[in-house]
Amino acid sequence: MSNLLDVENLWVRFPTRSGIFEAVRGISFSLARERLGIVGESGSGKSVTGRAILRLIRPPGMVAADRIDLEGKDILRIPELKMRDVRGQGISMIMQDPKFSLNPVMRVGDQISEAYLLHADTSKAQARTKTIEMLVAVSIRDPERVYNMYPHEVSGGMGQRIMIAMMMIPGPKILIADEPTSALDVSVRMQVLEIMDRLVRERGMGLIFISHDLNLVSTFCDRVLIMYGGKIVETCKADRLHEARHPYTKGLLNSLPRLDAPRDRLDVLTRDPAWRDQPSVSGML
Amino acid sequence: MSGILIENLNVWFGEGHERVDAVKRASFEVPEGGSFGLVGESGSGKSTILRALTGMVPSWNGRMEILGKELGAKRDRSFYRKVQMVFQDPYASLHPRHSVDRVLSETLQLHGFGDIDRRVSKLLEDVGLGPEFRFRYPHQVSGGQRQRVAIARALASEPSILLLDEPTSALDVSVQAEILNLLTDLRRERNLTYLMVTHDLAVVSHVCTEIAVMQLGEIVELLNVDDMRNLRASHPYTSHLLRSSLGRRSESTEAESVSTEAG
Ligand SMILES: Nc1ncnc2c1ncn2[C@@H]1O[C@H](COP(=O)(O)OP(=O)(O)OP(=O)(O)O)[C@@H](O)[C@H]1O
Ligand SMILES: Nc1ncnc2c1ncn2[C@@H]1O[C@H](COP(=O)(O)OP(=O)(O)OP(=O)(O)O)[C@@H](O)[C@H]1O
Ligand SMILES: [Mg+2]
Ligand SMILES: [Mg+2]
Repeated sequence: MSNLLDVENLWVRFPTRSGIFEAVRGISFSLARERLGIVGESGSGKSVTGRAILRLIRPPGMVAADRIDLEGKDILRIPELKMRDVRGQGISMIMQDPKFSLNPVMRVGDQISEAYLLHADTSKAQARTKTIEMLVAVSIRDPERVYNMYPHEVSGGMGQRIMIAMMMIPGPKILIADEPTSALDVSVRMQVLEIMDRLVRERGMGLIFISHDLNLVSTFCDRVLIMYGGKIVETCKADRLHEARHPYTKGLLNSLPRLDAPRDRLDVLTRDPAWRDQPSVSGML
Repeated sequence: MSGILIENLNVWFGEGHERVDAVKRASFEVPEGGSFGLVGESGSGKSTILRALTGMVPSWNGRMEILGKELGAKRDRSFYRKVQMVFQDPYASLHPRHSVDRVLSETLQLHGFGDIDRRVSKLLEDVGLGPEFRFRYPHQVSGGQRQRVAIARALASEPSILLLDEPTSALDVSVQAEILNLLTDLRRERNLTYLMVTHDLAVVSHVCTEIAVMQLGEIVELLNVDDMRNLRASHPYTSHLLRSSLGRRSESTEAESVSTEAG
């Protein structure tokens, strides 16, 4: 059986004032029915990778790859109209800036309902019921009230959960979640992770989980890709993350502040320019 | 003198049966040069308290003071020179069509600083962004880079009070460590007062000495960092928060000891 997703030799380039900037430099990885974590330094290319898979990098940005296949079928070269069917039920993405990604002049409940109606053949009333159910599922306290709110009226963590509900409602084969729980307190975070986990276990969804929370990734995911400077510098089984060998990954583990061990200053990384030049490690299965 | 004083603050949105009481009878004080943390449930009113201080909520009552001066309905320019805020959503404070350079230069000009060119470079360097970011637009940088531009913008006017709403939520731990160290240094050098919202208890315990825990618009408990580190909480929600973080902490402790052995 083929993988859910195969990405081979992906490059993303942006022209800037100071020349072409290579945000992603030839990475390869695949995704099975698993929870694949991506961690890495701010600016290392995690979000751009997710957006490139969905073909959401707008010109003048340039994407090149040997192949991007969804269940063995090309999605890199198919026409944009066909790609629209892939977005949503094929692959959906929870963006890093949820409130920015929502429509500011539409009630959040209507936005979720609309996402549902686009893919399911049901009535408006049913879509509304389903939306309320989803809001309850992501632990929104007052779903009827929140249904009628506009994006600027919801708190940071509520916005994040609304985005999560909206992206899960079409029942995608692959969910790319970009820092999906960064604004959530611990208890709500656990509930949201539980929902994603159930989709992977029960429906066989593939999850790409982008996060800077190393402890979370090591306990929640199956496999991890570690990115640095647009490349994958290391891959490992998630529960082996603490045995990582790359100096960047090791440095990360030492920079964590700790509740039980107060420190005056936190360790910072000394970045070796050579890290940028090493070849990318393959994350393919 | 107190840096920030809040007494019986109520904030609400809407009217009649639509009314939402976002903050209810909140009171706390941050001494000048102190560092105070707000933690709590999503939607419990943390950001709303910060926005009330900066004059961004329509309806409130109670008392708010900044550096001994009572706040009324309006804030003038001298207020924003003294008090700056880093928003939870960095896009909120960055104009989409203004380059990083313009955002920072205009803030500096507005507050009457000279030597703009050098200051802009210094601000970017302080938050770990190289000169190549200077002429980018907000949509041309990553989430964590955008958050750092927002921090640089807040630091530009050399404020004495910083309101920080989840300032490191989009940063990987290595960059987070650099930003937290920068905040520690600045507070020492310039006697800054911090009011910080975060859901990361390790971060709050690193930066803050006093902490308020919020739930459903109310401050349910005030505790100091020693209480927090030793898990001395009296409210059930606080105990719950501390216990959940403890679960993850023991994992990280384990991970670290293993990695030291391996290294
Ligand atoms: N439109 C653009 N033009 C130029 N450079 C860009 C553009 N979009 C992104 N970049 C750059 O590409 C690099 C990768 O960005 P990306 O958003 O993928 O980072 P990231 O790994 O998600 O980081 P973070 O953890 O901070 O969100 C960054 O250095 C960013 O500045
Ligand atoms: N403009 C507004 N109109 C109506 N309700 C609002 C508005 N702004 C905030 N609220 C409501 O006030 C409550 C508190 O919001 P606030 O943003 O302060 O929460 P928070 O504690 O910062 O949560 P989070 O951790 O999720 O960011 C929420 O129920 C929110 O929906
Ligand atoms: Mg990102
Ligand atoms: Mg908030």
